[in-house]
Amino acid sequence: MSKELVVISGKGGTGKTTLTASLASVIKNKVIVDADADAANMYILMKPEVKHKELFKGNPKAVINTDRCIKCDQCRQLCRFDAIYVNSDGEYVVDELKCDSCKLCQIACPVEAVDMKDVYSGQWYESETAYGIMVHAKLYPGAENSGNLVTMVKHRAHLIADEKNIEYILVDGSPGIGCPVISTISGANFVIIVTEPTVSGLHDLKRVKKLCDSFKIKSGVVVNKYDLNSQKTEEIEEFAKREGMPFLGRIPFDKCVVDAIVNLQIPYEACDSVKHAVDEILSKAMELL
Amino acid sequence: MKVLLTARGDNLDAKMDERFGRADYFIVYDTDSKEFEAIKNPHINDQGGVGISVAKFVLQKGVDAVVSGSYGPNALDVLRTGDLKLYSTKGGSVKENIELLEEGKLEIFNT
Amino acid sequence: MKIAVTSGKGGTGKTTIATMLAKAAENAQYLDCDAEEPNGKFFLKPEIEKTIPYTELVPKINEDRCTFCEKCADACAYKALVVMGKPLNKVMFFDELCHSCGACAYVCPVEGALVEIEQEVGLFNVGKAGNIDFVEGVLNIGEASATRLIATMKKRFMNDKKTVILDSPPGTSCSVVETIDGVDFVVLVSEPTPFGLSDLRLTVELVRDMGLPFGIVINKAEKENSLIDDYAKKENIEILYRLEFSRQIAEGYSKGILPFDKYAGDFKKVLKRIEELI
Repeated sequence: MSKELVVISGKGGTGKTTLTASLASVIKNKVIVDADADAANMYILMKPEVKHKELFKGNPKAVINTDRCIKCDQCRQLCRFDAIYVNSDGEYVVDELKCDSCKLCQIACPVEAVDMKDVYSGQWYESETAYGIMVHAKLYPGAENSGNLVTMVKHRAHLIADEKNIEYILVDGSPGIGCPVISTISGANFVIIVTEPTVSGLHDLKRVKKLCDSFKIKSGVVVNKYDLNSQKTEEIEEFAKREGMPFLGRIPFDKCVVDAIVNLQIPYEACDSVKHAVDEILSKAMELL
Repeated sequence: MKVLLTARGDNLDAKMDERFGRADYFIVYDTDSKEFEAIKNPHINDQGGVGISVAKFVLQKGVDAVVSGSYGPNALDVLRTGDLKLYSTKGGSVKENIELLEEGKLEIFNT
Repeated sequence: MKIAVTSGKGGTGKTTIATMLAKAAENAQYLDCDAEEPNGKFFLKPEIEKTIPYTELVPKINEDRCTFCEKCADACAYKALVVMGKPLNKVMFFDELCHSCGACAYVCPVEGALVEIEQEVGLFNVGKAGNIDFVEGVLNIGEASATRLIATMKKRFMNDKKTVILDSPPGTSCSVVETIDGVDFVVLVSEPTPFGLSDLRLTVELVRDMGLPFGIVINKAEKENSLIDDYAKKENIEILYRLEFSRQIAEGYSKGILPFDKYAGDFKKVLKRIEELI
């Protein structure tokens, strides 16, 4: 059974993908997963060649059959997602973006005028990259269910890893603490939380750390752009110490990183400062994995 | 005794699947008659609540023991309402795990 | 006037721009809709006057009355309810799977067997930051989605007489849709990197789908880098403002200090331009 290393951040834009891509360039023998289906960016640096592509089915959405609808208004009143409205022609319509697929309208409709229609909410891909196999996904804008898509791509990655005897699964997660993040960390052997030395960074780190704890998943912290505010970096280190959370390392604020990304290069390969930091982070993380 | 094992394939030589809810197959093996039944996981493509649905399905099978790798918290809640023993596998084939179970060498899952 | 500030990618400076706009507006209300990780408070430093719990309805089963008919479990699209036992004698409820849709309560045939009760899943902090009315939503850790919390926050607190600045979550998922739904204008904050551009494209797709007027603010802009400018030109999208890349802003941000005064004039102009575009 392969080991799963997940990188998340709580706050967005702290350098999660920078670190994951850098780890991807050092760790041998792994499957790469981009679980940030909402704003997938790993592909930009990994330059995958798609080998297999599949549509991802979301939850079915309600559709009102206007021929059968008797305009009793039941469904509109019952819908707690405000997804049903009367259009300018006086017809009852479902707003697909708001429909939560609960089917209450279908259950309640006295004339069976509501159908549940399958919708596709994204795509997932299996690709070859110079750094190994990558499983990644794209969620259609406005679509929900990213949690299920995350579960799905991670499942694919495990199947591939088992079949090919691959030791590690490296996952780039999404920001926040909601359902895609929960799906990303569940089943992980170790979670690296990347933060930045800012008031928001520390605040969000605390929240996402608590999330990991509540799922009993081991996590460690990395401070990116640590020299932006050394005092905050110390605060984060103290927080980690207090929480008994491994402090994995710090990455300096280096213009080289932005330049590397603009030139579509992996920061680890382009910037010495990142290389040193990531080597240290990885050796600590591997001990804990 | 009837035991259910989570597997990658539909026969006794198949590798164990360590995921409980998302396992590909369930092998229900009768240690007395030495017969088995392979069932494709009916919930594998469900949108959510997979662990719960599979746990309920397993209870309905009326088995005395389950061998799998990682049980999710929700699945565990449901499984604990039934009277069965949970075991942790360390990998290998279904057949090997049945042998270990019969020899009393499989680790009991706790927490 | 209701202006939502969003970005496909996290960390592009959404909160920086949103709080700057709120500071520059005459009569502003700032709503922090990024309830998973609300950060606006660090820069606006509001005095919180009230903390109001946010609740959602969840089913509670009265097993004395329940006949274990399984209708609720069958109706639940999220599989949050399951009836167990042999014979059936126990209803289990998994609250993290519940979406509070009310289907279980609707189908329950026995009065009093399944009632809905309020469960706290987050809170609202309401207060004042100088002249700015401040409201933030905070989702409890472990809760799956902030979408309904955002909807409730908008319904309950949004003041149409004010210039409302909605600080949105990042991404393009349901919580973003909920935040920007019904606003007059959307400000898309991006940064000139391939990541920023990739995520900006997705947000543009979403905002166009929803038929909302929008413009771009480039944060961490650099003169020699025209990645976002080129894209905007091709797509015929207006660039409302370019906030220069500056280590000073970044360092200030890290301490919770933003150069509001220095840029107040610029952001007043941005607001004026938005007004023209609506």
